[in-house]
Amino acid sequence: MTINNEQNCWFDENIDMKKISVPHANGWLARFQRSTHHGDTLWSVLIIIASLLVLATVVAIGWMLWQQSTDARIKFGWAFVLPTSNATWDPLKGVYQSWAFIYTTLITSLFAIILAVPISIGIAIFLAELCPESIRLPLNWMIELLAAIPSVVYGLWGIFIFLPIVVVPVGQGLFVAFGQIPLLNSLFKGPIPLSGSSRLAASMILTIMIIPTITAISRDVLLAIPNTQREAAMGMGSTRWEMIWQVLLPYGLSGILGAVILGLGRALGETMAVTMVIGNSLEATNSLLTPGTTMASLLANQFKESVSQLHTDAMLEIGLTLFVITLILNMIARLLVWQVARRTPQEARA
Amino acid sequence: MTTTRFQELIAKNEALHSARRRITNSIMLAITGLLTLLALIPLFWIVGYVIYRGGSTINLDFFTQLARPLGVSGGGVLFSIEGTVVLTIISCLCAIPPGVLAAFYVASNPNTPLGVALRFGTDVLAGVPSIVMGLFIYVLIVVPEKHYSAWAGGLALAILMLPTIVRTTEEMLKLVPHTLHEASLGLGAPEWKTSLSVMFPAALNGIITGFLLAISRAVGETAPLLFTALGNDQYDLGKIIGGGIQYHQSLSAIIGRIINQPVDSLPLTLWKYALQPYPERIDQSWGVALVLMIFTLSIEIIARLWVESRKRALQG
Repeated sequence: MTINNEQNCWFDENIDMKKISVPHANGWLARFQRSTHHGDTLWSVLIIIASLLVLATVVAIGWMLWQQSTDARIKFGWAFVLPTSNATWDPLKGVYQSWAFIYTTLITSLFAIILAVPISIGIAIFLAELCPESIRLPLNWMIELLAAIPSVVYGLWGIFIFLPIVVVPVGQGLFVAFGQIPLLNSLFKGPIPLSGSSRLAASMILTIMIIPTITAISRDVLLAIPNTQREAAMGMGSTRWEMIWQVLLPYGLSGILGAVILGLGRALGETMAVTMVIGNSLEATNSLLTPGTTMASLLANQFKESVSQLHTDAMLEIGLTLFVITLILNMIARLLVWQVARRTPQEARA
Repeated sequence: MTTTRFQELIAKNEALHSARRRITNSIMLAITGLLTLLALIPLFWIVGYVIYRGGSTINLDFFTQLARPLGVSGGGVLFSIEGTVVLTIISCLCAIPPGVLAAFYVASNPNTPLGVALRFGTDVLAGVPSIVMGLFIYVLIVVPEKHYSAWAGGLALAILMLPTIVRTTEEMLKLVPHTLHEASLGLGAPEWKTSLSVMFPAALNGIITGFLLAISRAVGETAPLLFTALGNDQYDLGKIIGGGIQYHQSLSAIIGRIINQPVDSLPLTLWKYALQPYPERIDQSWGVALVLMIFTLSIEIIARLWVESRKRALQG
């Protein structure tokens, strides 16, 4: 019994804690607030649920396609996706093998990559190493705007302008140049159709569409290389080009490879522009100069008009194949790009 | 001072060699510049030609009329503009809340297993071909419902938008200075309140540009809509809403009618019209291309300007 006149003093032994009424100290709201750390538990549960939802979408895409294509997978087995000389896709007889589409997808994308990689790396070098500061940002933006043009607009422009003006002469040139050479003549068997609709057209449109992807990532990879590398190369008396070619590119090689693979992934899955210019022929030929059908353009053309459940299932299996291929490519690419980013300490970056 | 034969040779060799090196250097550097110009050609060609062809097609009717039967002149693409608006609203409503919340998680827990998995997952999702998302929604929603609908299309676009939203929101949240976060926590505000009323407003400009970029991508996409929204050139919002009000339908009934039927969107219309052998349809598809391109490119440019100024402001 010490101080009585000052209430609420913390050392007052006579205060009965139960009689002090902090408003709603034991009300439901206060209890709720305490038990949830003033809402933080709820908040963290909420954001974890949202994160899981996003992750679940990725898993669910694969799972649903896998589950729904069961019939086709069981019926055709691995023959559905493996290379065969004469793959049949016959909805009337119910026989489905997708190698022809996989082949077209791969050949158009690979050709697009072959065209796009030197161009993109050249642009990346220009933007990262040579370009005057004043025009760097506008140039960056313009290259990236190429990726913002909707793919149907590419398709429309392709059909009416790009095919007749650029693709047809290029195709004829390729036919004349390579059509007679023994090993290459099946790849360049022509002549190219007058409309220009061909795998070559798809490749060339894809080239334009994947340049921004490869350029942007390669440029970032080059910019992430420490300045010490540049200084060392220049100090040893190399020219600028030797520095770029013999020091910077080998240093960033895995990152650039990642960029190329990401570009490849984008080319494989591109649908609308390719569907509009590739001619959508189901004939199985190997030539770049003839019309064909890619996996994505087959889906765009036939999925709505499927004639039987098996037809739908087979096309879902094509979708699954496409998903798995792009998934694997993306994983490889991300790991490569991350590897470069991790190897370079943050402080050393230019 | 006499030079030996050996020194002479060395000097000669060096001169030759360095000349070759210098020439290689300048040629290769010039080539990289030329390649940059080469890549810009298609950009200007496409933009210029679409403006030239589309500009002559566009008039007021183009924006205010429904499609007319073939052979009847005039008519517009109001139905697909309305469809695009409906699809965009649905996809934003479905993609933005989970995307932003997930971004809060990644921004505050970047190194937990879930955080790493989520970043990897969004990267993978960004690489999934858009037509596969269409297939997924077809299997998930169109098959059980037994009909194509606007909200299936909106959901497919939402999946397409998710990675962009998560990524840009996360980056913008990371740009907010730590001191703000700590000051708010130090004042006794709980984490959620700090996140929502300090971090979020501070990063809001950048986050909104992220939304805009995602929307501009989604508006230009066709592939995921092919077998989810399908297309419907008789879609007329005015009639649906007007009719609903006239017959005293409830709000939910009207919204149900809006989202439960197939709709068209601008790129879908463009695709259908471009493949028809009728000149007036092809003219209209150039008009649609112009509208679409102006929309996506201007959003892209505005968003980038905004992000750039924002970054500069935040970094100091």
